[in-house]
Amino acid sequence: MLQQNLSRKIRKTLKKLAESMLAVAVGLVGGAALMAVYGYDFVKAYRALFLGAFGDFSGFLETLAFATPLIMTGLTFAIGMRSGLFNIGAEGQMYMGAIGAVFVGGMLNLPPIIHLIFATVFGMLAGAIWSLPAALLKISRGVHEVVSTIMLNWIAFWLVTYLITYHVADPARAERAVPAQETARYLVIGASLTTVFILVIAFSLIAYFLLWRTTLGYELRVVGHNQEAARYAGINISKTMMTSFFLGGLAAGLAGVSQVLGRPPHWTVFATMGNLINIGFEGIGVALVGRNHPIGIIFASIFYGGLLHGGRFMEFEAGVASEIVRAINGIIILALAIPAALDLVKKIFPRKNRGETG
Amino acid sequence: MKPYRLRVLWLLIGFVAVAATIYAMSFFGLKPTRLIEFALLALTPLAFAAVGECINEKSGQINIGIEGIFLISAVAGVFWAEVFESGLLGLLMGGVFGALIGGILGLLNVYGRAEQVIAGMGLNILAIGLFQYLLMAIWAFPGIHIFPRTLVVPRISIPLIGEELAVSPISLAAIAAAFAAYLLLNKTLLGIRLRAAGEKPESVDVAGHSVYRVRIFASMVGGFLAGVGGAFMPLGWFGGLVKEITAGRGFIALAAVVFSGLNPLTALAATFIFGFAEGLAFAVVVTPAVKEAVPFHFIMMLPYIVTVAVLALFPSTRRFPKALGKPYVRE
Repeated sequence: MLQQNLSRKIRKTLKKLAESMLAVAVGLVGGAALMAVYGYDFVKAYRALFLGAFGDFSGFLETLAFATPLIMTGLTFAIGMRSGLFNIGAEGQMYMGAIGAVFVGGMLNLPPIIHLIFATVFGMLAGAIWSLPAALLKISRGVHEVVSTIMLNWIAFWLVTYLITYHVADPARAERAVPAQETARYLVIGASLTTVFILVIAFSLIAYFLLWRTTLGYELRVVGHNQEAARYAGINISKTMMTSFFLGGLAAGLAGVSQVLGRPPHWTVFATMGNLINIGFEGIGVALVGRNHPIGIIFASIFYGGLLHGGRFMEFEAGVASEIVRAINGIIILALAIPAALDLVKKIFPRKNRGETG
Repeated sequence: MKPYRLRVLWLLIGFVAVAATIYAMSFFGLKPTRLIEFALLALTPLAFAAVGECINEKSGQINIGIEGIFLISAVAGVFWAEVFESGLLGLLMGGVFGALIGGILGLLNVYGRAEQVIAGMGLNILAIGLFQYLLMAIWAFPGIHIFPRTLVVPRISIPLIGEELAVSPISLAAIAAAFAAYLLLNKTLLGIRLRAAGEKPESVDVAGHSVYRVRIFASMVGGFLAGVGGAFMPLGWFGGLVKEITAGRGFIALAAVVFSGLNPLTALAATFIFGFAEGLAFAVVVTPAVKEAVPFHFIMMLPYIVTVAVLALFPSTRRFPKALGKPYVRE
């Protein structure tokens, strides 16, 4: 009985894995088609990309550095989806987390370890607090989170640009905010990977534990699965939604923190926010490829971090604008939006030995 | 009072507030006509997209990828405008590309039974990357493209209470589109079929028409209008392409749709309020007396704050189509 359950579970996981792989393949083929249309050599481009991202150890460490914030913004979206919310506000919450880290990490003088902890917690809370207006608007006024979170993203964009320009600008270099002080930096492991990666993984594991091993997480997922049933079961929907937004905001805040306190060589935010922009949206693709599961998201982030890091080699060697990896991410999401995609493929290429079951 | 009448009353109050703001701004040396000109420009892409999305949602589909259509059709519009050396043809091609994207989304919705919100977000993210990739691939310059000023669709002069108002004919077309959509939805056979596809798709099937075709058609119309709106931003307004060109307008249009309860005329009115907030921001940013007092960053927040505030103050009271967002499966 137990064995049967286990094998069913494994089969389910394998099916999900196959679906994600199929979507990734569709995305890569779509990217190749886009390159071919404009006469780029896509074989050369992809070769440069994957060799750059995974070909050697220091490249892989850099890939992990790119993956670090994506794991967190992916988690933001995943926690939302698990509780029935389409929370696409990770972008703005991440900006707030980053500026929070700049305020404490760059402007204050504190003893070493305390400084790092305080800056991290402050940044995470800044992200979480920025998620609350969307939660409150949804609960009390029924404003859909798709609109409210995007509006909050833009308000955060202008607020953070203002703060960088007028309040935390680096006196030495006007185009960026004050870098985090030595006492507020995570240790460098190699390339631009720092120990914040470990914290991010730990946060994911805690999120997993919270979602699947606690009553709170159970309630959250019940609300996501069937809101009516949750209401009949006496679950406080408003409270669950608040929790979901708050947890997601903490994760997005940590994503922002990781770009300031855990990302050499700059350890800060640029006034254009070039080193932050789109990390929140990329998390959506990461979460969907990782099937909204904390562990899946870690692997999806490493894959997508590889695309981001390798994209620079692709640009250098094949002349393809590295932004195409974002287009590939979009195609992957579109492919994942079609639940029947895998069945469709099975119908076109039936497996001969087992027929069309499964 | 019926909730809907109440909503119209609130809209009227909104317009009075707009008029009062225009009057107040005249003390800062801002001419009322300038403000209305800005507002009408800002209204145009919002109105096109919102009207299109009203039609699309009436047929039972949601498209949150308007922002993505804006971005892609802006590039396509400029590209073809340069090829044809005509801004108007560029706008049309922007619409054609929008319709193509809408058609693809419709196919995914109908045959792929897609989760429409996720598909729309995929389109948005695809467009962010594609926009910058295309700028490099076509014009070999990163992030920005400026084209000859002659390609911008010229504005025409309309007399208004003793003043001259420079209005883009495309803005007038956007307003006309809202009325046309209202007539299409409420006074034609096709409109009945469209609404039925959103309310009770089986009934369309029983009547011998294809739900699939109706929905794909609606998605294409919505895409076409959003495409024209997207191409309008470079070709009728800014005179160039930058990667932040849409600045969340696709979602502001979506907010107008939610507010309107899918009535194209109410949606038009809502886009006027949102457009006015944006126009006010643009106008105030260049006004000396205000520029010194408030950093422009805060003024740029205005459209987003107004959008959220309007949705928070007036939660949607009208019923949305029963089959909204649900794929139709023939039995």
